[in-house]
Amino acid sequence: MRVLALHLGLLAVLGALHFALPAYHHGNLARVMVLASYGIGYNLLFGYAGLLSLGHALFFASGMYGAGMLVQHGGAGAGAAMLAGTVAAAAVAGLLALVALRTRGVAFMIVTLMFAQAGYLTILYFGDWTGGDEGFVMAQAGQMLGGIDLGTPGARYLAALALFSACLMGSLALARAPFGRVLVAIRENEERARMLGYDTQAHKRGAMILSGAISGAAGAAYAILFGYVGASFAEVQYSILPLLWVLLGGAGTVLGPFVGALFMFYLIDLASGVTSAYMLIAGVALVLLTLYAPQGLMGEVRRRLWRGLP
Amino acid sequence: MLRLDEIVAGYGRARVLHGVSLSLERGEILCLMGRNGAGKTTLLRAIMGLVPLSGGAITLGDERLDRLPAHRVPRAGLGYVPQGRRLFAGLSVAENLEIGLMARGGDSGLRDEVLGLFPRLAARLGQRAETLSGGEQQMLALARALCLRPDVLLLDEPTEGLQPSMIAAIREVVAARRDAGVAVLLVEQRLDAVLPVADRVAFLENGRMGPVVSAGALRADRSVADRYLGV
Repeated sequence: MRVLALHLGLLAVLGALHFALPAYHHGNLARVMVLASYGIGYNLLFGYAGLLSLGHALFFASGMYGAGMLVQHGGAGAGAAMLAGTVAAAAVAGLLALVALRTRGVAFMIVTLMFAQAGYLTILYFGDWTGGDEGFVMAQAGQMLGGIDLGTPGARYLAALALFSACLMGSLALARAPFGRVLVAIRENEERARMLGYDTQAHKRGAMILSGAISGAAGAAYAILFGYVGASFAEVQYSILPLLWVLLGGAGTVLGPFVGALFMFYLIDLASGVTSAYMLIAGVALVLLTLYAPQGLMGEVRRRLWRGLP
Repeated sequence: MLRLDEIVAGYGRARVLHGVSLSLERGEILCLMGRNGAGKTTLLRAIMGLVPLSGGAITLGDERLDRLPAHRVPRAGLGYVPQGRRLFAGLSVAENLEIGLMARGGDSGLRDEVLGLFPRLAARLGQRAETLSGGEQQMLALARALCLRPDVLLLDEPTEGLQPSMIAAIREVVAARRDAGVAVLLVEQRLDAVLPVADRVAFLENGRMGPVVSAGALRADRSVADRYLGV
């Protein structure tokens, strides 16, 4: 009950902030919620199943381009675009799972990284369709949902909150469901999980598809809400970022991706206001956090204060 | 019940088991002994499908276990406690048991039954598995395997490195499972640790099956054990 109250409480606070925040932070928080949704997708595979992917930008970009290209070339609205992006990313994740899950450890990281790079190069190669390096600005029709323009600040914030709420509560449900518990068992000791009768490959495949779908939904939402689709979102940097958010916030915790994304976003934002060498400040802060909170912020809360925190 | 017919298995090109045959009946404890490197652990792993066979057959009742994928073997009725315990170290005692119980559909009656066998665990449900003592970890590994309600229990050196009181507690549970009709294949290095509970003792040497003798005969005359276990 306390756990549910905590998560619903966070969503209520985020809802209330819609009416209280100044425009700058209002826009930032909308972006953070979409990125945190991406982090939740990443956390499912890394935090719960223990599979460290370096290619999640492929799923984020699949969702983004799946949505964006349907709008640009098919004239679809936001609802259809969102669905297309999510399904496209899930399909890509399913295909990648067939290859990548034959490997483990460092090999898994390399395979996912290479496929993501292949995806990035594919976007550049088919520039006539994807806009290549420059990407494209979404047509306004792609931001319309039932007569509401999701590109306006208010609607954008609420749409981001809706996406984040669905991902957060879905993640909470998954952490408590048998599927999520088996993923944790796989992370802890895959062979033992298999020796208790669990088909660990099927579970990992399911986790990868679900992780890809959530990441893709975040990518599609980013395109729809912020009106831009670009190849930079398919670069390796966008595979590293969710890893950092999850590590900082706490891998295998439901709130960790949000806390990590918020922390990192504002750390860079604030540091860049102080000096042009803002990444140096961000780097020092990350090193300190790694030293003094090695399980991430929410991981430390779980370790020190609240053992049952999911 | 569990039957091994001329099984050949190993790792890559290295053969470890050379045509091992063995049968295990319901309600008996068969102890498998041999020197280091004799192939005891490989034999258990082969039964569980973790080491592929290159010859022979393993059957449980009428079911060919060697034709099943590894994750289906436990569901056929086998519980396995590997050497070194291999717990979900970062999870609590309760969570470790929960994972085992979920495989059986989350039977809460079974949970109480298993905890009744291990009162020490019942008092430490919230404790992380890695913080338990060696004996308690072994109890947890055994308890988790019992959560599958196995017909056959495979135990790989369950008393290794434990103090005498823990050995006695584990031995008591294993004997009780045997009395309840479970077939137990127990791998051990020390004869003294198994003679009090074993019904039969089989010796393995260099991946080949040696004699299988009754525990009573071995208590009367240990010369066979000296031959297969001595330096």
